[in-house]
Amino acid sequence: MADLSRFNPREIFGNWWDQASAIQRGIFRVCVIALFYALPLLNNPVIDTPETSFQSVLFYPLIMFSLMAVGLNVVVGKSGILDLGYVAFFAIGAYTHAMFGLKTGLNFYEILPIAMGMAMLAGVILGLPALRLRGDYLAIITLGFGEIVRIIAINTEAIGGSAGLTDIPPPPSVLGLKFGSGDPRPYYWLTLTLVILVIWGVLRLSHRKPGRAWEAIRQDEDVAEFMGVSTLKYKLWAFIIGGAVGGAAGAVYASQILSIQPEMFNLNLSIMILACVVFGGMGNIWGVILGAVLLGYLPEKLRFLSDYRIIFFGLLMVVMMNLRPNGLLPRKKREVVGEKK
Amino acid sequence: MDFSIIVSDFAALTLDGLVVGAIYALVALGYTLVYGVLRLINFAHSEIFMLGTMSAVAVTTLLGFTGYEDPLPTFKFFAVFLLIAFVASLVSGAAAVLLEIVAYRRLRNRGASRLSSLISAIGASFFLTEVARIATGSKNLDFPRMLDKNSVFQISTAYFTADKLLVLGGAILIFFALNRVINHTKLGLGIRAVSQDERTSVLMGVNVNQVISYTFLIGGILAGLGSAFYMVFYETTKSNVGFLVGISAFTAAVLGGIGNVKGALLGSFVLGLFQQYTAAVLGYNWRDVVTFVVLVLVLLVKPTGLLGETLQKARV
Repeated sequence: MADLSRFNPREIFGNWWDQASAIQRGIFRVCVIALFYALPLLNNPVIDTPETSFQSVLFYPLIMFSLMAVGLNVVVGKSGILDLGYVAFFAIGAYTHAMFGLKTGLNFYEILPIAMGMAMLAGVILGLPALRLRGDYLAIITLGFGEIVRIIAINTEAIGGSAGLTDIPPPPSVLGLKFGSGDPRPYYWLTLTLVILVIWGVLRLSHRKPGRAWEAIRQDEDVAEFMGVSTLKYKLWAFIIGGAVGGAAGAVYASQILSIQPEMFNLNLSIMILACVVFGGMGNIWGVILGAVLLGYLPEKLRFLSDYRIIFFGLLMVVMMNLRPNGLLPRKKREVVGEKK
Repeated sequence: MDFSIIVSDFAALTLDGLVVGAIYALVALGYTLVYGVLRLINFAHSEIFMLGTMSAVAVTTLLGFTGYEDPLPTFKFFAVFLLIAFVASLVSGAAAVLLEIVAYRRLRNRGASRLSSLISAIGASFFLTEVARIATGSKNLDFPRMLDKNSVFQISTAYFTADKLLVLGGAILIFFALNRVINHTKLGLGIRAVSQDERTSVLMGVNVNQVISYTFLIGGILAGLGSAFYMVFYETTKSNVGFLVGISAFTAAVLGGIGNVKGALLGSFVLGLFQQYTAAVLGYNWRDVVTFVVLVLVLLVKPTGLLGETLQKARV
């Protein structure tokens, strides 16, 4: 069993990747992306989920979890800030889309930047005071923030109170894809596009100054500070970027589900996304996505266990963490960031 | 907002706040003790408490008490209550020790990151909640009323009923006993040593694994006793009760300074009182918002909580 924890696919795949030419890499990338875009068109009984349609599972939870996990990974995995209230950004994005969609004539694509902006603003408001704290104190404050947002939504009649908001407008049709007709596939493709954009952006950042700063902060915040890294600034940026991705996810979610209630945005969702990040492998974006896909997919696939699936799922989390404490696909042992290959 | 209610009902609110605070404190101590020795938030501690409430109900069912009983005679009530508290703390204590072995020990011995332990504990928490949810069919379980809840005596607007007196008196006894264990026994010395410096305490001949097991046991027993008091006071439980109580208890522990036993007590009573006052003024719905806002403000002014993060003074 001990060997299982040392098995690292990165070494096997990484060697191939390092030796591959630019064309081989390009072909590989295109194939993977094409495969993901084609997923909802495949009708494979092996990957199909019982009881719920595979296409809707693909949108929620699979791709939604992936988007949020990639966003949370910037906060938790890259810069080591334990955020237990990530659902707050998701909620803010969802409510922003719902309110703007209902009260103004703006369409989804115009609201999306606003939703991200609102989530970023919330990130600044919470982050500026809270990020001065560390570790568990920060964790409890973020957890509190998640709860505060939910309780405020319940108690504020202007944004629907505990009944929530209904009749949220879906995004207008684009490229011949019709949104809001109950077909989850266009939403899947939309979210997948967002995921790819976010991954691209995060990978860019990771190889540049912010990435180096985050890595330094994660390894030792005091030393980073002494070395002249403006820790508060970069932690705040990580927090804001993570928040913006959460806000975007919330906006897409609201535009698909068309009615939202505060109780959707509970602590369990924060925990679930955090579990995706840690389960898959903190700091490694591919691991995080694998974690999100598995943790989103397994409860649906395990429906044959019906009521007992969460029990099984909880056990699996304990066993997996014991076997592979650094996640399924851990980050590189000594990560040399910013090095040109 | 009607602040006059705080003035007119001050004594009643204060009494309730202290009672709620005493129950929080018994749970918060578990968080704080484990944090002291492991530097970890024991995320599944709330489920340990939940198991305690469930076993309390199970005992009363086995004894044949259902619904509203005629109040038991004092002596008989104490015998029954002691049995309930004993079984609840036994179940909670055993569950806590088991939890440590299953979810924490292996990870700790391999030096895994704190987040891995956190996820493992979250998995255990999911598992326990779901087992309880399915076993109870998501229903509320009611605890029989065996105690005459009429007021024993009254100070201003505060009615001192038998259950409130039981909770307060019991909690005070338990705090003294815990203080004794931590400050005047070999085990307490071990706990304090591991809290201060795990590596050095190994060199001094402390069996760290054993001390950690005992710490979980003590935390579990305290949560079990807390759950017995909780059941007498609230008389109902559900599979998600751990979350509701756990989050307040955890907040209380952080508020007082996590890792600090006296801090957990102070934080719990402050939180209990504060929740009662704000619930009276703003309504029950806003209670938790204000709780967290206060927590944030306190931590910003004093980042290690009210009494600082330490089981003993000398830690850098």
